[in-house]
Amino acid sequence: MSDTLTATAPVATARTDAPMLQVRGVKTFYGNIMALRGVDVNVYKGEIVTLIGSNGAGKSTLMMTIFGQPRPREGTITFEGRDITNVPTHEIAHLKIAQSPEGRRIFPRMSVFENLQMGAAVDGFAHFDADLEKVFVLFPRLKERINQRGGTLSGGEQQMLAIGRALMSRPRLLMLDEPSLGLAPLVVRQIFDAIRELNRTEGLTVFLVEQNAFHALKLAHRGYVLVNGAITLSGEGRELLERPEVRAAYLEGGAH
Amino acid sequence: MEIFVQQLINGLTLGSIYGLIAIGYTMVFGIIGMVNFAHGDVFMVSAFIALICFLLVTTVMGITSIFLALAIVLVVAMVFTSLLNWAIERVAYRPLRGSFRLAPMISAIGMSIFLANFVQVTQGPRNKPIPPMVTDVIVLMDNGSYQVTLAWKQVIIMAITAILLAGFWYLVQKTSLGRAQRACEQDRKMAALLGINVDHTISLTFVIGAALAAVAGTLYLMYYGVANFADGFVPGVKAFTAAVLGGIGSLPGAVLGGLLIGLIETFWSAYFSIEYKDVAAFSILAITLIFMPQGLLGRPEVEKV
Ligand SMILES: Nc1ncnc2c1ncn2[C@@H]1O[C@H](COP(=O)(O)OP(=O)(O)OP(=O)(O)O)[C@@H](O)[C@H]1O
Ligand SMILES: [Mg+2]
Repeated sequence: MSDTLTATAPVATARTDAPMLQVRGVKTFYGNIMALRGVDVNVYKGEIVTLIGSNGAGKSTLMMTIFGQPRPREGTITFEGRDITNVPTHEIAHLKIAQSPEGRRIFPRMSVFENLQMGAAVDGFAHFDADLEKVFVLFPRLKERINQRGGTLSGGEQQMLAIGRALMSRPRLLMLDEPSLGLAPLVVRQIFDAIRELNRTEGLTVFLVEQNAFHALKLAHRGYVLVNGAITLSGEGRELLERPEVRAAYLEGGAH
Repeated sequence: MEIFVQQLINGLTLGSIYGLIAIGYTMVFGIIGMVNFAHGDVFMVSAFIALICFLLVTTVMGITSIFLALAIVLVVAMVFTSLLNWAIERVAYRPLRGSFRLAPMISAIGMSIFLANFVQVTQGPRNKPIPPMVTDVIVLMDNGSYQVTLAWKQVIIMAITAILLAGFWYLVQKTSLGRAQRACEQDRKMAALLGINVDHTISLTFVIGAALAAVAGTLYLMYYGVANFADGFVPGVKAFTAAVLGGIGSLPGAVLGGLLIGLIETFWSAYFSIEYKDVAAFSILAITLIFMPQGLLGRPEVEKV
């Protein structure tokens, strides 16, 4: 198989190993509307990769398509060499891909604790106590709210819970859809620091969607730009930050 | 006063049975948003399974201990009724999932008619009796003209219901199976993203609902001593009313609603008119749906989702 990395754009870090997650030629439809028009994305083990793009570009659609919700009409998705294009959603989760999805999707009538238990299910609760401690170190707020029902948490607290829940599964690939949404700048910094830390110390692979392009591209090893359901640009995070078209479209006024 | 106490006892007995059936309605509605019109008939079939099993156990196997017989009948009825409901979900509802909203409900109505007719044809249209199982009573009050009695079978019904509900509550609230069930009820897509097999969980819901209905069916048979192919409909509607009254989707609501419907029905019969006792339940269904569609313990939508 040829390396599809070069198919989209030249990238400095040309790797010879197979990508952990490989999305090839994926087309996803909502009815007759094509939301993804043949997307190619690679995420290598140990990388932080970010996907940026404006509202309605199809970022969340790509995140969900990877989980088969909805299924792509064309193209393939492979994870660690296995074709998962048509694997049932819950089995994909058991391959240890975790997602903090758009809209957070906290179980509203479960406590914070139960929501975190739900995350640990695919790990068989093997490291529950230790992982719970880690999540609490990351988000002390959740510890204070441990018995509160998910539906009554504030938006930011729900975001923390969604990320915590994803981490509880000990993912091999962590997918985050706009983790900074609705969070105070200080908390955003905390989360991004935590992602960097997990990546550095545990080699956690991360694929994240962000509106906050400046922070995301600074954090990520590589980035992709999605416009209208197609990848138009890709490259190293810092390199993309310098590109005039990226600066013009996604960073004006956004950088701080 | 004596009549009041007596009706209280009778009402709670009947209400226990309605509550057990109501849980099946409410759980299925909670997880797939469908009113399972066949649930009352599943309950009726379970009473026949219990009847056949009881006759086999007492005549062929010659078991004389009534408690042993009852225990065997309960287990057998629960197992077979669960299997039946599992199969019904697979053939009649699952293929229609993702189709328009009314499709599975129409399928359920068809299944209800099928089950009732099947039992009518194979078991006959008449009441099928069993020999009385437990006949002893305890006299609680006696004023010379009126005795307040508590039948042992009423004690058995309330005790088994209470034990079962405790176990059921534990299953739903404290085990990972129950947590998966609740997760699917609240957000099926997210549950799948977290590795929950949604189809299995829905099957499990039908199995649990059927097991509880089978206990109700067995107790109903023991209480009245007869089973009839038409017994699915009226108790079914009453249990459904109980689920709506309690707040459809709410488990404590189903139990509370069941007890209330049982009490209302017996008091209505005692103080107003026994001929119109079924009207009471139907009127409550209509009144609840019009004035309080969320029911007594239904969830007020104050949550951010
Ligand atoms: N369930 C759906 N049915 C029909 N169209 C949909 C559905 N979900 C998304 N779309 C459409 O698909 C396109 C891509 O949506 P998507 O949610 O993937 O965008 P996004 O890049 O995540 O945007 P945002 O930054 O606003 O979250 C949009 O035009 C949207 O209207
Ligand atoms: Mg989105």
